[in-house]
Amino acid sequence: MSESVTVRVNGKPVTVRAGATVAVAVLASGATCRASVSGQPRSPLCGMGTCFECRVAINGEPQRRSCQVLCEANMEIEANG
Amino acid sequence: MDSVKQLRFDVAVVGAGPAGIAAALAAADSGKTIGLIDDNPAAGGQIWRGAHNSAQPSASSIWFDRLNKSAVQTVRGTRVFHAAQGELTAESDDSATQISYGKLILATGARELFLPFPGWTLPNVMGAGGLQALAKSGLDISGKRIVIAGTGPLLLAVAAYARQCGAKVVAICEQTTRPLMARFALKMTLVPGKAAEAVRLAYNLRGIPHWTDCWPVAAFGNRRLESVRISRQGQTSEIECDYLACGFHLIPNIELPRMCGCRLENGFVEVDEYQQTSIAGTFCAGEPTGIGGLELALVAGEIAGYAATNWEDRARHLFSKRARYQKVVRILQDAFPLRPELKNLARPDTLVCRCEDVSHQQLREHSSWRGAKLHARCGMGPCQGRVCAPAAQFLFGWEIDSVRPPLFPVRCSSLAAIPSHSAPRN
Repeated sequence: MSESVTVRVNGKPVTVRAGATVAVAVLASGATCRASVSGQPRSPLCGMGTCFECRVAINGEPQRRSCQVLCEANMEIEANG
Repeated sequence: MDSVKQLRFDVAVVGAGPAGIAAALAAADSGKTIGLIDDNPAAGGQIWRGAHNSAQPSASSIWFDRLNKSAVQTVRGTRVFHAAQGELTAESDDSATQISYGKLILATGARELFLPFPGWTLPNVMGAGGLQALAKSGLDISGKRIVIAGTGPLLLAVAAYARQCGAKVVAICEQTTRPLMARFALKMTLVPGKAAEAVRLAYNLRGIPHWTDCWPVAAFGNRRLESVRISRQGQTSEIECDYLACGFHLIPNIELPRMCGCRLENGFVEVDEYQQTSIAGTFCAGEPTGIGGLELALVAGEIAGYAATNWEDRARHLFSKRARYQKVVRILQDAFPLRPELKNLARPDTLVCRCEDVSHQQLREHSSWRGAKLHARCGMGPCQGRVCAPAAQFLFGWEIDSVRPPLFPVRCSSLAAIPSHSAPRN
């Protein structure tokens, strides 16, 4: 298993350690995860899958909880915070 | 439509934290088929998150070794969203799963209690356990300035972990009073193994300011956290930081037990001495039965596992061990009561429901949780009130009186996988 994995967050390559979650890649990229219903930027609160603040689109699939998904090489992540 | 998988176990265990792992392994001694079902990408729960593939040997290694060598079938990345008439329905990334079982063990763990204050929705304001979970999941916090706030022993564990990761822990802000904290420390030394743990923790935390009577008043920043204002023994001051890790102790995940029909007592799942709930054949272990920590979760899990496989004598052998750790539940309850000042932190425009952006002011117009849901959409977003309902309970004294299927937002195709004889009728 390689030591690191590279994904793209809003088109920008981000390298994180193998086994890191998508939430970690989004935070490392400097982006925020989502815009709230009134347009505020949000990022993870609970880190364990309950708060839904870390939702992003992964490979085109929206509303994924990024703290519960592991990064895979070349994943396309869209974070709209 | 996505495929629908069918799984059948003699014993199904929901939640692969310490209680669930211990329960599954004890049950597996019987030779019966055991399924261990968990939402996360790997087993371990919160306290052992990321420990399954750690090169460092730790207390958890022996449990992961046993799990890997056992016949327990671990079903990861799978969240149970429906329970009725002896069947569970769950969803994973690519499919829905119907799970039937002979006996059921619920080990659904706990989450943090979050309380609203101005700025708490800013990115980089996280739970205390939340920051730790993200660090365990690969977030690099080395060199970051972190303020840890809220209440309970988790703050100390998180501070020690963050420092070990190279973070600069600026301060630990504990809302409880110094006498209560001192009494807590003293009582914990009477629990087996805790005195040594406390000494180790104190050593790891040396030099970090640990303030009691102290809590966050507001967080500031442009699109992300830049500083936090704290109240400390009546004085306010502002601290610059990169992360605020803030949690007000733990609350049990009782949504699934409740959907299974298990009776609750003071907000926790009621169990008998064999960890059996009010529903015959359904057991519960770990934090949903009382916030008591790792050791209690492990032994209660084992008891549930043995009892669920009709090995009552093995279960009974563990009763005295469990009794030693049950003390922790009461000690924690007594030491960290939430102070009333925390009810006044939210301003009228401070959001309480983060999914639907419902403010404190909008909630004040209502007299019940149900009214707030119906009229203000509080708790109606994707987290389904997991964050705001406990906060509203503390702020307004509302009773949180219902749980409805599905337990999580799911795909339509997953809803269609609910067996028709157990589908909700209302």
